[in-house]
Amino acid sequence: MANQKEERHVISRRGFLKGMGTGAVATAILPELPSQSVEAEETTQEITEATITLHINGKDHKLTVEPRTTLLSALRDRLELTGTKQVCDRGTCGGCTVIVDGRTVYACMTLAIDMEGKNIRTIEGLAAGDELHPVQEAFIEKDALMCGFCTPGFVMSVAALLEGNPDPSLDEVKEGVSGNMCRCGTYPRVFEAALAAAQQMRGA
Amino acid sequence: MSSWPSAQEAKVLGKRVTRLSGVDKVTGRAKYTYDIRLPGLLYGKILRCPYASAKILSVDTSKAEALPGVRAVVVVDENKTCRFVGDEVAAVAATSTDIAEDAIRLIEVEYDIGNYVVDEQTSMKPGAPKVHEDRENVRPGGVNEQGSIDDAFAEAAVTLEATYSTQVQTHMCLETHGHVVEWDGESMTVWASTQAVFGVRGSLADHFELPADQVRVITEHMGGGFGSKFGPGVEGVLAARLAKEAEAPVKLMLDRKEEFLAVGNRPSAIAEIRAAASKDGRLLAMDMKTYGTGGASGGAGFPLPYVYTVNNRRRQHSDVFINAGNARAMRAPGHPQASFIMESMMDELAYELGMDPLEFRRRNDPNEVRQGQYTVGAREIGWHRRNRNPREMKGTLRRGIGMGCGLWGGGGGKGTQARCTIHSDGTVEVVTGTQDLGTGIRTAIAIVAAEGLGLAPEQIHVRIGDSQPGLPSGGSGGSTTTASVTPVIKTAVDKARVQLLQWVAEEMEVEATALTVGDGKIFLADDLSRNLSWKEATSLLGTDMIVTEGEWDSNLRQSGVAGVQFAEVEVDLQTGQIQPIRIVAVQDCGLVVNRLTAESQVYSGVIQGLSWALLEDRIMDPSTGLMINPDMEYYKVTGSLDMPDIQVIMYDTHRKVTGLGEPPVIPTAGAIANAVFNATGLRFRSIPITPDKVLTAYKEANA
Repeated sequence: MANQKEERHVISRRGFLKGMGTGAVATAILPELPSQSVEAEETTQEITEATITLHINGKDHKLTVEPRTTLLSALRDRLELTGTKQVCDRGTCGGCTVIVDGRTVYACMTLAIDMEGKNIRTIEGLAAGDELHPVQEAFIEKDALMCGFCTPGFVMSVAALLEGNPDPSLDEVKEGVSGNMCRCGTYPRVFEAALAAAQQMRGA
Repeated sequence: MSSWPSAQEAKVLGKRVTRLSGVDKVTGRAKYTYDIRLPGLLYGKILRCPYASAKILSVDTSKAEALPGVRAVVVVDENKTCRFVGDEVAAVAATSTDIAEDAIRLIEVEYDIGNYVVDEQTSMKPGAPKVHEDRENVRPGGVNEQGSIDDAFAEAAVTLEATYSTQVQTHMCLETHGHVVEWDGESMTVWASTQAVFGVRGSLADHFELPADQVRVITEHMGGGFGSKFGPGVEGVLAARLAKEAEAPVKLMLDRKEEFLAVGNRPSAIAEIRAAASKDGRLLAMDMKTYGTGGASGGAGFPLPYVYTVNNRRRQHSDVFINAGNARAMRAPGHPQASFIMESMMDELAYELGMDPLEFRRRNDPNEVRQGQYTVGAREIGWHRRNRNPREMKGTLRRGIGMGCGLWGGGGGKGTQARCTIHSDGTVEVVTGTQDLGTGIRTAIAIVAAEGLGLAPEQIHVRIGDSQPGLPSGGSGGSTTTASVTPVIKTAVDKARVQLLQWVAEEMEVEATALTVGDGKIFLADDLSRNLSWKEATSLLGTDMIVTEGEWDSNLRQSGVAGVQFAEVEVDLQTGQIQPIRIVAVQDCGLVVNRLTAESQVYSGVIQGLSWALLEDRIMDPSTGLMINPDMEYYKVTGSLDMPDIQVIMYDTHRKVTGLGEPPVIPTAGAIANAVFNATGLRFRSIPITPDKVLTAYKEANA
């Protein structure tokens, strides 16, 4: 897996396009590619950063990022939204779960430059001021957290699940958080919290 | 000598209290070391040896130093011999993680690459590559012998000869190991993801030859340790060296792969056993040759025999070195290994004898607490439903029931100092140098203080995870934190209460001994209508405040924890999948301080035990010396879909604090393996019991 990461950094976009352009097979299949790649080469040589606007928790944030900057890095390192965690860094554990246009997304596997114009919600935006979201309340009440490092991701997954399915079964809850991993072993408590929050939200 | 209030008297002690850190953790506001940001912060990255065995000949850092954004480069040791893939070579601090990663690739290292060995069996063979030049790969311990093995075997009704083994498990803390270090002249502030704030302070002060009070260590929240985070480690020292050299704060958090390779694991355990039992179900003898690997370091010991009485026994244990990451303490070091081995063996002997496996355990277990737990656990799992003839089961989906046991010390000890302050505005501060790993000690401290002052836990300001107040506490290990810390908190709070009651007594013109606290009030015990609210009482202090220090009181704690688990599993013989259906955990921990978090701790142990039994495995490639699965995709751990129905029964036997963090992880693997046997008649003497092993065993059994 580390090799993948190294490759990501070693092989630049420019180098990749160049390789494609000189390949005879690629040219035969996509005859228009060489001219494109020349253009791309010239532009990517100049542009190593891009200024984008991210719509996060109801607010616009303008920032300059490299093309390789992930949404996770943008949130944590640039915008000081550190509730979203990097854990596996490979789209396995869900520690970086955020909600984009109503769907849960792994922020570590998402490039920041692809997120323009989208509605991004992070753990910091879930509560309404001092009033916690019912899912957050339920996590505290049922003790669905221990070290707490996975907790923001789980809370976001459960919140997104309940938005789409207000009355989930236990199995649907298990499925709904199956993209999140907890090392302390809070799963039974997370299930209880999700079901309690669902009930609370239906009653409210 | 004081004592804890009885269950009837207690207002908050032993009740279900939500965590004080709850709001911070569910809103993302909780700041972990990994979340610390400082002006001018640099990011550190470690260059690690890519070879399983290599002598460093030279290190050239000039290209890395020349890279724009790089502020410091340090080398661990120019003459180091690296003994595993991932051993530390050098480190870089730069203005971004990406630049730091680019920079470590520019460091040129010349290695003399050696031969290596990454598994115990090969390492033990004559002529195997030596892990340490000056030592043999096998470090044998002495032979421990008691009673007469030969006599016992002569009178045995059944004997068994078997080899059991458990694999290397890694801690896989979700917050990786790491530090943020900021120097200010000759003093430093360190944010550390650690289980031992004062341990890290001591180690770093020693390393940099600083007076202890010139190192401040802060751990407000930390994302899991499980035994792997007791000192600064090489990575902490490197972070401090980089920060000193760069003259800027440095954050150095390991990445996931480094976490798997270099910062600890539970060592393997292998036990070659000959055992004998009598017709009336007495375990007569065990003859044991055991070994295990803690990587390039030792530390692969484990207790055996375990739990049960064995009068005739002989054992020799050897640590075996291999070229892999070193072991560190991991949740109940040695005990889950011992329990799996012993419980599997007990189960086999019971079936050989034709005896109920539970009855066989009862006859050999000297512990009265477990004797009681057997009854409760057997009733809750429905032990009578077990298969009487596991080898004659039919069908492709088969269910069975098994059990396992554990013991632990806990009990705590001296070494914690704490202060309780009551301010005139009513604020109560309790300060000590312990740290909360996610166990809930912060809330436990608040409960103990609240109980002593008649307040609610959320009214107590608990300040922990900081060495600055100079109130030390030990590392959080050995399930000793609650038993070490809460007695000191209690005595500090009791003293503070006595002082406050003096102030109130003068005001109310009564004897202080006639007063009592409760429900946020101070009142006359004989006339509840005569009372002062907490704020009225503390306002009497005026410009004064009450400050007390706690003392160790060994009468408030006790050692010795017992636990029993029963498991029901379903085995799919077409896919080899084992689905745990139900686990009943009957767990003693002494006095339960917080029932809510105590239960969570038992869930936690069961789930990690289950994960180890069925999935987790550090897989080493013998030809390259690499760990094949250093990531969270291929290093398998249990997830939500694997969860059985888990029933936790806190088995309260006395009212002295003892300990709970580790014990519940111990019995699970044995219980699971025995349940798999009960379901299928297939005996797995090696974990993890993965689908390939199940399918192979089933095929062989039916060949």
